[in-house]
Amino acid sequence: MRFLLDPQQRAFADSLDAMLTAADTPSVVRDWSRGDHGGGRALWSRIAKVGVFALAVPEAYEGMGPHPVELAVGFVELGRHAVPGPLVETVAAAALLAGLADPLPAGRLLPSLASGEASATLALDGAYALDGDAATTRLALAAGGLRLAPGHGPVRASLDPARRLTPLAPGGELLSTAPPVAHALVWARLATAAQALGVGLALLDRTVAYVRQRTQFGVPVGSFQAVKHRLADAKIALEFARPLLFGAALTMAPADVAAAKVTACEAAYATARTALQLHGAIGYTAEYDLSLWLAKARALRTAWGTPAECRAEVLSGGARRR
Amino acid sequence: MDLTLSPADEAFRAEARTWLAAHVPRTPLPSLETEEGFAAHRVWEAELAADRWSVVSWPRVYGGRDAGIVRWLVFEEEYYAAGAPGRVGQNGINLLAPTLFDHGTERQRARILPSMASGEVVWAQAWSEPEAGSDLASLTSRAVRTDGGWLLSGQKTWSSRAAFADRAFGLFRSEPGTSRPHQGLTYLMFDLRAPGVTVRPIGRLDGRPAFAEVFLDEVFVPDEDVIGEPGGGWRVAMSTAGNERGLTLRSPGRFLAAADRLEALWRSRADPSDTALRDRVADAVIGARAYQLFTYANASRFLDGAAVGPEASLNKVFWSEYDIALHETALDLLGPDGESADTDWSEGYVFSLAGPIYAGTNEIQRDIIAERLLGLPKGRR
Repeated sequence: MRFLLDPQQRAFADSLDAMLTAADTPSVVRDWSRGDHGGGRALWSRIAKVGVFALAVPEAYEGMGPHPVELAVGFVELGRHAVPGPLVETVAAAALLAGLADPLPAGRLLPSLASGEASATLALDGAYALDGDAATTRLALAAGGLRLAPGHGPVRASLDPARRLTPLAPGGELLSTAPPVAHALVWARLATAAQALGVGLALLDRTVAYVRQRTQFGVPVGSFQAVKHRLADAKIALEFARPLLFGAALTMAPADVAAAKVTACEAAYATARTALQLHGAIGYTAEYDLSLWLAKARALRTAWGTPAECRAEVLSGGARRR
Repeated sequence: MDLTLSPADEAFRAEARTWLAAHVPRTPLPSLETEEGFAAHRVWEAELAADRWSVVSWPRVYGGRDAGIVRWLVFEEEYYAAGAPGRVGQNGINLLAPTLFDHGTERQRARILPSMASGEVVWAQAWSEPEAGSDLASLTSRAVRTDGGWLLSGQKTWSSRAAFADRAFGLFRSEPGTSRPHQGLTYLMFDLRAPGVTVRPIGRLDGRPAFAEVFLDEVFVPDEDVIGEPGGGWRVAMSTAGNERGLTLRSPGRFLAAADRLEALWRSRADPSDTALRDRVADAVIGARAYQLFTYANASRFLDGAAVGPEASLNKVFWSEYDIALHETALDLLGPDGESADTDWSEGYVFSLAGPIYAGTNEIQRDIIAERLLGLPKGRR
């Protein structure tokens, strides 16, 4: 029993953090929001080079995985830096393709997802796919099975401008009539939980820094108890989401992953509300970078499982939890 | 990173489970906040101690099993899963004993710990005073030097378990007029039945005497009952506070068992269309798991050599608020039956309401989190 990240896992997080800090992600995010994907694609390939997507792809398909714990470590960093793009969807697509009975689609599509040459998005039952205009592999899951969509429709705005919602075109090559949807959903929820935790941690860090330097009544606003206690609550929520995330990555049990998903997303969203309130009016502006994380916290809350769906999943098994 | 127990730890779990299955009373004991219940819980402590299950983490010489922190967590999981009684000795075991291990003398440990482990001597805490609660360092109860020891005078209050306990421990001002209030305090132990001590039980919210006021009038305490250096009591006491807020006051096993019982109650009698209630039950299940995993992560840090730090304040706020939410959910689930005051759920509910207040209020804990974990500037309270 040693429930802590080991030195290699921490080093992986640190190297990703250093790379993303140097990459000026806020300007990449703003370009992405306008449909200018150049900077985002370049960042994508650097993230792939560090191995993030390969962690979701089995070795048989030129990946390094599956390694859910390391994937969660990586996605926390992606969330902390508000990296745009169909990150979770690429992971979910990899899990879906790797689990097909027919190995041919996986052999054709997975190596390029692992290497970062390709990215994937995934639409469930006619819902919008994330960043279908940027993803190179567009998967549509419906009652008839899993198809490779031939294209996408017009982009619809999201509450998070960096998330571009696109309907997928009907038809296309049928890859499977019985894809392992539940398995893919577990990976999608795990990655979303990790990304949300990272978003929440970034919001907390930025807000702590802000209330230390912003003065009113002649003192830093961070010296007021009302401010401190909101931030303490955000810290508590995030710190108790973290072990659920890594515990879920160890078991990959649907109930554990659902618990991590709802907890991390609610913690991130509560932190976003606190961050906005404590920044005051400057936090309510689009031009201030805080907005990039505020918007994402809201969007991730309902992506890949609403709070209610996740809670229902937690109680669906009835098995003892230890 | 892993959550797998070693075969030896699993064997320990099996041994504990087997013992508990054979010994846990079939019918619940009366509330330990009553005279009758207190006596029954003392008998249970002796039964635990007879087979070395009352203080598994202590050295064998004092009645323990030398269990490491992981085994302690495992024992607690099994203990509460088995539906075993609440621990009447917990103030001594969780608060005083760690202080004796860190700051006591070998003679003190040998004299005090075995009878604490067996429940023969039950300890109460004596921290707060009428004018010193969250601002504990402003306390005014005195310890005055006398031949061979100290004379204690003053008033302590909100002393948990003091209504029926045997002895107590707390801080007293031994050097009046120091420049800072934290200086000149001494950590002392005293007999609740000594001449000069008057214990007045206080009814908690439901009227049961869960705590008491303690009046001291020149109560003699020998030198051997001072822990640490005279005048250096604040530092000694703060190490106890770290234990209290950290791991030892509330083990995850307690909440895992309560969440399991709540989930079972929900399955047996809840309206499945009531999704608002379902969500609250799910949150109780999730919260117990979060607290368990958070604790395993902390335990792993301790095994790496880390000490209890301000992180313990995260724990204290979490479990105290969690405990109330869990019991509120159970009472709501029970509907009109939730109003009965004679069930485990109602007893647990009343008990839980005190959690955010004692052991350092949650407001104090949030100040600690903000200032020591987040680095926010100190300000006026």
